[in-house]
Amino acid sequence: MARILGLHCRECGEIYDISPVHVCELCFGPLEIQYNYDEIGQTFSRQTILDGPLTMWRYAQLLPLNGEPCVGRQVGYTPLVKADNLASKLGVKEVYIKNDAVSHPTLSFKDRVVAVALSKAREFGFEVVGCASTGNLANSVAAHAAEGNFQAYIFIPHDLEQGKVVGTLVYGATVLSVKGNYDEVNRLCSEVAGKYGWGLANVNLRPFYSDGSKTFGYEIAEQLGWKAPQHIVCPSAGGSLLTKIYKGLTEFQKLGLIDSLPTRMYAAQATGCSPITTMVKERAEIMRPVRPNTIAKSIAIGNPADGYYAAETCRKSGGWAEDVTDDEVVDGIGLLAQTEGIFTETAGGVTVSVTKKLIEQGVIPRDESIVICITGNGLKTQEAILGKIGATIPIQPSLSSLEDALLSHRIGVVPRVANREPVSV
Amino acid sequence: MPVSVLIPTPLRKLTENQDVVSVEASNVDELVNALDSKFPGFGGRLRDESGALRRFINVYVTDEDIRFLQNKDTALKDGDSVSIVPAIAGG
Repeated sequence: MARILGLHCRECGEIYDISPVHVCELCFGPLEIQYNYDEIGQTFSRQTILDGPLTMWRYAQLLPLNGEPCVGRQVGYTPLVKADNLASKLGVKEVYIKNDAVSHPTLSFKDRVVAVALSKAREFGFEVVGCASTGNLANSVAAHAAEGNFQAYIFIPHDLEQGKVVGTLVYGATVLSVKGNYDEVNRLCSEVAGKYGWGLANVNLRPFYSDGSKTFGYEIAEQLGWKAPQHIVCPSAGGSLLTKIYKGLTEFQKLGLIDSLPTRMYAAQATGCSPITTMVKERAEIMRPVRPNTIAKSIAIGNPADGYYAAETCRKSGGWAEDVTDDEVVDGIGLLAQTEGIFTETAGGVTVSVTKKLIEQGVIPRDESIVICITGNGLKTQEAILGKIGATIPIQPSLSSLEDALLSHRIGVVPRVANREPVSV
Repeated sequence: MPVSVLIPTPLRKLTENQDVVSVEASNVDELVNALDSKFPGFGGRLRDESGALRRFINVYVTDEDIRFLQNKDTALKDGDSVSIVPAIAGG
């Protein structure tokens, strides 16, 4: 029997052959890879995982490639950091940071999805690849396209942070800066994929792309010692990552790699773009799209394609959802940096502050294990916090100037020097 | 009033591979009916059993999502361009 059975529609169950299609012809539902877990379970175990490479490809049996990956062979297995300083600041017992801010090579979790999507693009025979992106996906598609000798066309909203634009152009990709928000870029790309026959990571390669996210969940469980945490707080944009982390944990349970799945999932959004958290908090059946207005641009998706599934996953796992203001986003970035030495982008600020809020509300108990998903790097979104995290103190290159500055800023203890040499300036 | 409709790839089998078609309709609901009579089966792809538009379909009238307008009652005028777009993933 084959390891992969085909694609099936999450809405109506219709089955399709493995091919670059992403929506069901009958009902427009998203298509998902269908694995044969009985077959996989015969050869896949904790031991085969431990014998595999220290990358996301140690879980290759649960990914939709036929052969070896052609790009991104070093992606994954990022640190799971036990964050004791942050835990103490939040007044809780056990917090971990799953840190994809240091993902190789482009410093966001998107490397996981792109490694799968572009490797699959090669299997399908595409020579041109691309994506619609709020930045991180753009960086990753451009980098992996360079590695795999693909031609790349990247579509981004015109107002992205400079770090994300530079971090796409540098790989030689053609970057189309669209005068519109992400949802408009998205819509254009949906038309582009149909017209030109390109392999767009999050359009016609979406079923393959999104399964790369499962490895974020597998790693959490493995790194906790083959155990699922009690709470996972995850930033939500399109809603796919949260859904796929939970799917990954479900698969691990099905395959007997973890004994139980007590995990409650929590979606984190910025209040300026919160269609998913609003749906959860209002216990609504319909998700209302919004026009995004937040500094957390990487997760500013007003019409999230997997929003329904993300909200349903929060509900069925016994979790919840919350959103925070832009000021709280900046506070969250500072809190993580100053307690754990981890500099995350705005989406990470959202997730940290949402975790704090859920703890303060009593939604997440203080004596249970919490994993915070950090999916991107702060160096890419410096504009968002510049001027809000303190400023440098200008001094002359002399001890007297240093001591004057320390005194005038009332910082620390000024060293007492008995016979200070005169200093020439 | 003729309006042009952009047909997404998954529905082009129903429109004999045409990516743009023209129909007469004065609102979105009528547009779906008109498409269904021109291309039998089209309505069932867009609407669920209760008659509501399916939740993974986005309809735009001249670049505006109808959920920001009057949903299926959104009025159409001569020369309007309507897009039917499947939801696509984040990025």
